[in-house]
Amino acid sequence: MNDMTPTREERAEKLQGMGCRRKRVEDIRFTQGKGQYVDDIKLPGMLFGDFVRSPYAHARIKHIDKSKALAMKGVIAVLTAEDLKPVKLDWMPTLAGDVQMVLADGKVLFQNQEVAFVIAEDRYIASDACELVEVEYEALEVLVDPFKALAPNAPELREDLRGKTEGAHGKRIHHNHIFNWQVGDKAATDAAISNGEVTIKEMISYHRTHPCPLETCQALASMDKIKGELTLWGTFQAPHVVRTVASLLSGIPEAKIHVIAPDIGGGFGNKVGVYPGYVCAIVGSIVLGKPVKWVEDRMENLTATSFARDYHMTTEISATKEGKVTGLKVHILADHGAFDACADPSKWPAGFANIVTGSYDFPVAHLEVDGVYTNKAPGGVAYRCSFRVTEAAYCIERAMDILAQKLGMDPADLRMKNFIQPQQFPYQSALGWEYDSGDYPTALKKGMETINYRALREEQKAKQEAFKRGETREIMGIGVSFFTEIVGAGPSRNCDILGVGMFDSAEIRVHPTGSIIARMGTKSQGQAHETTYAQIIATELGIEADKIMIEEGNTDTAPYGLGTYGSRSTPVAGAATAMAARKIRAKAQMIAAHLLEVSDYDVEWDIDRFRVKGLPEKFKTMTEIAWAAYNNVPEGMEPGLEAVNYYDPPNMTYPFGAYICVMDIDVDTGVAKTRRFYALDDCGTRINPMVIEGQVHGGCTEGFAIAMGQEIRYDEMGNCVTGSLMDFFLPTAVETPHWETDFTVTPSPHHPIGAKGVGESPNVGSVPAFSNAVNDAFAFLNAGHIQMPHDAWRTWEVAERLGLHD
Amino acid sequence: MIPGRFDYYRPSSAQEAVALLAKLGEDARPLAGGHSLIPVMKTRLAAPEHLIDLGGIADLRGVKVEGDTVVIGAMTTQHDLLTSKVIAEHLPIIPETSALIADPQIRYLGTLGGNVANGDPGNDMPALMMCLDATFTVLGAGGERTIKAREFYLGTYYTALETGEIVTSIRIKAMSKATGYAYEKLKRKVGDYATAAAAVVLSVSGGKCTSAAIGLTNVAETPLLAEDAAAALVGSSLDKVAIDKAVAAAEAITNPAHDARGTPQYRTKMAGVMLRRAIARAMTRAHG
Repeated sequence: MNDMTPTREERAEKLQGMGCRRKRVEDIRFTQGKGQYVDDIKLPGMLFGDFVRSPYAHARIKHIDKSKALAMKGVIAVLTAEDLKPVKLDWMPTLAGDVQMVLADGKVLFQNQEVAFVIAEDRYIASDACELVEVEYEALEVLVDPFKALAPNAPELREDLRGKTEGAHGKRIHHNHIFNWQVGDKAATDAAISNGEVTIKEMISYHRTHPCPLETCQALASMDKIKGELTLWGTFQAPHVVRTVASLLSGIPEAKIHVIAPDIGGGFGNKVGVYPGYVCAIVGSIVLGKPVKWVEDRMENLTATSFARDYHMTTEISATKEGKVTGLKVHILADHGAFDACADPSKWPAGFANIVTGSYDFPVAHLEVDGVYTNKAPGGVAYRCSFRVTEAAYCIERAMDILAQKLGMDPADLRMKNFIQPQQFPYQSALGWEYDSGDYPTALKKGMETINYRALREEQKAKQEAFKRGETREIMGIGVSFFTEIVGAGPSRNCDILGVGMFDSAEIRVHPTGSIIARMGTKSQGQAHETTYAQIIATELGIEADKIMIEEGNTDTAPYGLGTYGSRSTPVAGAATAMAARKIRAKAQMIAAHLLEVSDYDVEWDIDRFRVKGLPEKFKTMTEIAWAAYNNVPEGMEPGLEAVNYYDPPNMTYPFGAYICVMDIDVDTGVAKTRRFYALDDCGTRINPMVIEGQVHGGCTEGFAIAMGQEIRYDEMGNCVTGSLMDFFLPTAVETPHWETDFTVTPSPHHPIGAKGVGESPNVGSVPAFSNAVNDAFAFLNAGHIQMPHDAWRTWEVAERLGLHD
Repeated sequence: MIPGRFDYYRPSSAQEAVALLAKLGEDARPLAGGHSLIPVMKTRLAAPEHLIDLGGIADLRGVKVEGDTVVIGAMTTQHDLLTSKVIAEHLPIIPETSALIADPQIRYLGTLGGNVANGDPGNDMPALMMCLDATFTVLGAGGERTIKAREFYLGTYYTALETGEIVTSIRIKAMSKATGYAYEKLKRKVGDYATAAAAVVLSVSGGKCTSAAIGLTNVAETPLLAEDAAAALVGSSLDKVAIDKAVAAAEAITNPAHDARGTPQYRTKMAGVMLRRAIARAMTRAHG
C-alpha cells in the first residue's frame, strides 16, 4: 500500500457500475450514422418485394390479373393468396390465438391490406409493377364504429369464422365478436356500486394511435437451398420467438434458421408481431433461392402494421361521502380491427388491463372486456407500455379526477386518501395481482411539494375569477396522475407466448484477460442495453464496464429469450444477468481461495476482488482470477469462467410514479401550452440515472403527442385519414414541453438487484396527466368528461359548447 | 413512397427551360425547391415523365430594387428572403412569413416562385402576395407576360399559368416605413400547413385607417383576398366595431376543408382569430 493505491471509492468508480451516469456506448455509432439496420444489409443477387394493397376497407376480390406485371422487365414473381395455399401460408396464426390473412384471400378487411406481393430486381421496378397488377373489387358495407359491431344487422367481416361459437378465449356471441373476458367479483362489485353514497359513471375512450418508430418494419430473407438454411434479418423485438414461429410455419428445423435482429431504430411495440411482409419475403426466398428484402414505407407502417389502444372504457366508481372508494366496475369495448393480432401473453386477451384498480385500495372490482372486429388494420400492440396497462392507467386516473370533481375534493387529496399504504405491500389487488412494493404517499407528497401544488391551485382559482370577469382569455389546468405499472412479464406459470414461457436469459463469458462478452435473449431498440447490462455485470463481477461487451439479437449466439417489450428487459433479463454473474462470482471465489491458499470461506468480496478476511492486503483481483481460471484452477474444477441463467421471475414488478402537468389553454384557439411537466418515477434500483432520464423524456414526449392529437382516424368509408406524417401528429422539439424529472427508490423485493424497469412508465403516466390537465382547466365551467385527443380544434369545440366565444 | 420513372433535366437559362417544357409537353413539370412536387411524386399522385430542374438557372435567383419596386427572382429561397437586407428594409412582412414556413432545412431549398406557382392554398406566400398586390412575371415559349397575384389563383393547384409557362420573378411595390403589417399563422407543429393564417398590411393617418389589404391562407380552395374585410377597416379608427365587421366579412368568404387541423367551422373561426391578432399587431407597427 502506498499513496498511489486507489481507494475503495476510486476502485468502485472506475467500474462504472450500477448507479453511474455512464454515457451510452451505442451512441458512438448511432450519432455518426454508423448503425447497421436491416436496410443497410445488401446481399449479392438480392431481390425486392413490394405490396399491392387494397384501396377498400371491405370488399370482395373478384379477380386478380398479374399478367401485365409479370411481363414487365425485371419482375421475377407476383405472389397472391392462391400461390401461398400450397405451402399453407395464405393465413398465419396471430399471437392472440386468431388467424390472419397473409395475402387477401377472397376479400379484403381493411384499407391497405396486403393483396399481392411483387418481387423484382430492384425496389423501383417492384413499385412500378405493383401498379400493373389488376385487382377487381366488389365493395362491401363497411364497419368502422366498434359500438355498431355487435348490432344484429352489422356486416359480417370474418366469413372464415362463420359458425364458430368458440374463439381462443371462450364464447363468441356475434359474428363480429372475438371474446368476452371477465375478472373480479361481479356480484360484490354491483352491490358496492348500487350502495355507493357517491357514484360516477363515464365512458372513457382511449383513441386509436400508432407507435410510429423512425425505422419502419423490414425484413431480409435468404434461403440457402444447398445447406437448407434460412437466414432472416429483421426488425424484431423478439428474434427468438420469430425463429420458433418461422420454424413451425415453414417446417425448417429451428437450428437451420438463423434470425438476426441488427440495430433497430425504435420499436415501441410495433416490432413484436409477425407481419405479412416477413412471411412473403421468406416464401419468396424459399421459392426463388435468392435473398428477398421487404422494407415498409411510412404510409404502410401507419396504416397496416400495428395500431395501439382503441379501448372504450365505461367506468363506474362508488365511494363514501368522505371520498373513500368502495368499488370499481369497468366494461371495455376493444376494437381489434380485422384480425385479433394483439401482442399479449397468450392467456391474456386484454393484456394486463386488470391493473385498472391502479394505485388505490379498492375492496372490490370487476372488469369485463369484449373484443370486436371492425374494418380497420389489425394490431393492438403495447405502444411503449406493458400489455394494455396504458389504457388501464388512463381509465382509472381519469375516473379518479371525475370522482374528485363530483365529491368537490382536490384530485391529489382524493388520491392520497385512497392510496394503498406502504405497510400493505405485498398487496393483493381486487383483480388478482400481487403488487410487490411501493410507497405512494411519499412520492405524491414529494411531487406536490416540488411543484408547489397548493400555490398553483391558488393561482388557478385567481385565474378562474379573472376569466369570469373577462380579464383573460386563458384558463389554467393542473393534471395529476399517479400510475402503477405492471411490467416484467412474466412468471411462466401465467405468462407465455405461443406456449413458450416468458422467462429471459443471460450468458456471460469471462475471457482470460478479464474482458467479458455477455449475451441476452432480449433485443434493444434504443434502450441502451449495451450500456446498462454491462453496468450490472461491472458491479456484480468487479470488471470495468468498458471491458464488457453486450451482444443481442443473433439467435445463433444468444441464449433463448422472449425479447424486449413490456418493460421486461431489466426485470427479467437484467435479473438473469445478475444471477449468471453471481454464478461466476461463486466460482471466482473458489479460485481466489485456491490462489490465496485459504479456504473458500476465508475470502470475502471487495468491489473488484476477493480478499482474505482480516488481511485486506492479501487479495486477488477479478482480472487475476480470470487468468487463473484458464490455467490454475483447484483440482477437480472445470477450467473456464462462464455461466448462463434462464430467469423465470417469481412475480411481475410494479413501478409507479407521480406526474403533474400545468397547462394554460387559450379558449379562442383551443391551443394548450404546457407550462410545467413534473415526472417522478420510482423504478426501484436505478442502474443508470441518465438512461432513465432519457427514457422518461422519450416516453413523456410520446404521451404528450398521444394526449394532444396523435391518432389513427378513419372516415365512414374506412379510409385511414391519418396515414402520413402530414396528418399523424408527431411533435418536434419545438412543440415538446420541458420535462422536470425526479425519483424515489423503492426496490423490488423479489428482483436480484431490486430494479423494476422504467421504459414505459412515462408513456403510461403522462397521458392521464395531460388529459387531466385539459379536463381540469374546464372543470370549473362544468364541462363534463372531455375525450382525448385534445387537439386545438377539439378543445376549441369544448369552449364553443360552453359558450365561451359568445 | 417510391416515385415512378422520370427523366431529369437541368437547364442553365430560363429560355432553355421553357423551350424544354414546350418540347416535352404535358408530361413535363418544372421543379423548383421540390417540397411540394416530390412528395406527391413519391405517393404517385403525380407522375411527370420529365422533370425540368430550375435550380441551375442563376438569373432566377436574387433580390433587386427597381425604382419603388422590389424584384425577387422566382428561385430565391425562403432562407434568402429571411437573410436579405433589401427584403428586411422594404418588405419586412415577407421574412415574418418565411420564418413560419416549415423548418430551416426546407427553407434552404423551398423557393418563393415554387411557393406561389404551385397553386396550393396551404402555401403561405400566395395569400401574402395577393395582400401585397404582387405581380408575377411569367415566361413561356410564346414570350413573357405579367399576371397579377390577385388574378392568378383559380382553384386548388389551378392557376393562370398556361402549360409550359414558368414564373420567373415576383415584383412587389416596396412598403412605406409607416405601413403596419403582420402575418399570423396557427399551426399544429413546425412544418405543418396553416390551420388558418392571415396577412394584414394597413396605413393609418390622423387616427384613421387610410388603406388596408388582407390575405387569408388555407381556408378555401384558393388563397383569399379579403376585400370586404379590408374595406370595413378603411376609414375607421380601427375600433372594435370596425374590426368585428372585418372579421365577420373575412369569415364569410372562407370555405375550408375538414382535415386533421379541424372542422370547417373551427378553421373559419381561426381565420377570424388570426385576422384579429394580425390587425392588432399591424396597428402597433403603423405610424401616422
